[in-house]
Amino acid sequence: MGGLVHFSSRSGNTGRFVAAVGVPSDRIPIAADDDLPMPAAPYILICPTFADGEGRGAVPKQVIRFLNDPARRALIRGVIGMGNRNFGATFALAGRVIAGKCDVPLLDRIELAGTTNDVARVRAGLARFWGTVPMAQTGKLECLTTA
Amino acid sequence: MKDIQTTRAIPRAINWNRLQDDKDLEVWNRLTVNFWLPEKVPLSNDVQSWATLRPEERELTIRVFTGLTLLDTIQNSLGAPALLADAQTPHEEAVLTNIAFMEAVHARSYSSIFSTLCLTRDVDEAFRWSEDNPHLQAKARLILDEYDAGADPMRRKIASVFLESFLFYSGFYLPMYWSSRAKLTNTADLIRLIIRDEAIHGYYIGYKFQRAAERLSQAERDALKDFAFSLMFDLYEIETKYTEELYDGIGLTEDVKAFLHYNANKALQNLGYEGLFPPAVCEVNPAILAALSPDSENHDFFSGSGSSYVIGKAVATEDEDWDF
Ligand SMILES: Cc1cc2nc3c(=O)[nH]c(=O)nc-3n(C[C@H](O)[C@H](O)[C@H](O)COP(=O)(O)O)c2cc1C
Ligand SMILES: [Fe+2]
Ligand SMILES: [Fe+2]
Repeated sequence: MGGLVHFSSRSGNTGRFVAAVGVPSDRIPIAADDDLPMPAAPYILICPTFADGEGRGAVPKQVIRFLNDPARRALIRGVIGMGNRNFGATFALAGRVIAGKCDVPLLDRIELAGTTNDVARVRAGLARFWGTVPMAQTGKLECLTTA
Repeated sequence: MKDIQTTRAIPRAINWNRLQDDKDLEVWNRLTVNFWLPEKVPLSNDVQSWATLRPEERELTIRVFTGLTLLDTIQNSLGAPALLADAQTPHEEAVLTNIAFMEAVHARSYSSIFSTLCLTRDVDEAFRWSEDNPHLQAKARLILDEYDAGADPMRRKIASVFLESFLFYSGFYLPMYWSSRAKLTNTADLIRLIIRDEAIHGYYIGYKFQRAAERLSQAERDALKDFAFSLMFDLYEIETKYTEELYDGIGLTEDVKAFLHYNANKALQNLGYEGLFPPAVCEVNPAILAALSPDSENHDFFSGSGSSYVIGKAVATEDEDWDF
């Protein structure tokens, strides 16, 4: 299987969700001067949303800093957007923004720290996803886009 | 002489360039950009739709909105101000005063809906109903007990998160339901603005609760968790009765209860706890979920059936922050 990378702010919801999924994950640090993790293999990014009412600022600065590095960005294969449906049209918008910017699929959208159903679906989904991805491939994954 | 004044504690002037907690500024920024007033929403476009509701549906809607008005009134004049005394940073105090003011805007919005759509006599009747309704009064009383000046600051935060993230939802259900049937859609737009504000309020108060809990002993944390779950249970019992009384007539009670369970779990998560209700009783009607977050729908790879997916549409935001 490929890896996981996630960000979670001090409210810790995404961190609690990733812990429940139980797959090891590299955490993007909160402090701007802490070292960024360097994923060893292709990964899926799990990212919370902090947009304003117009959708601005959806992706946390820390995650933008991580993805702005070409070597780190080259390994992203998919994204899971986290958030809260009560934010309406911007629900889990960070997932959509990252999917669009990095040209990878939005795999799922999850509220707060997720439910036991969410945890089970993501565990199964990750296994299924990596099962279809040739691990050696480091370029883009056209192979997944079926019509 | 005037010397006596030297014993009075003067607060320090607030310096937003020296933060103790970055969340204060983050939440302040989001709350202030999100500021809105009911005049922004063209409620009068719902006049025709309102006329298509049956009399009992109109009565239900007005009653639900007076119940919501009461909760916002409490949070405006008592809840958010009660939290001020426990604030850990001057910036937290500023955020709480913003929250308090927005609650007044929310409470005021329901009256805008009433004056646009309803007959004064029907609205007066509903306010009388809310004053006499035992379930509405009982939930208000449970929360107010925790807001009392002598009460525990941590319990006060728990009660406040439950009001923000749980108690509103028996009411919010109805405008989402109408909107899923293409009724009162402008009113639903206004309610969605309120729902978004309440999401940040519940998040922020819950976040401050978790920060403060980190400084307590394990025994104290355990006691608070017991208190939280038992208060949730007591509120839930009242909410089910309130829900039955309101929604039995149009046959929506079971649908509303699933929504209550789902929101109770989310309220607990705002405090950093796991959910109380199992997924099987939290399956909210998909039409209600779609009404909560219109235009955000996507085909998720993990939840979809096939192996195809939609690559996210490029969103042209924050281009100045992205290098590539
Ligand atoms: C200021 C602020 C803005 C937010 N905006 C959104 C949003 O636009 N869409 C969304 O789905 N969630 C939004 N959220 C909710 C967070 O994404 C959600 O609470 C998430 O669980 C936070 O993850 P974390 O605790 O791991 O940092 C917002 C939260 C805050 C505090
Ligand atoms: Fe409110
Ligand atoms: Fe609120």
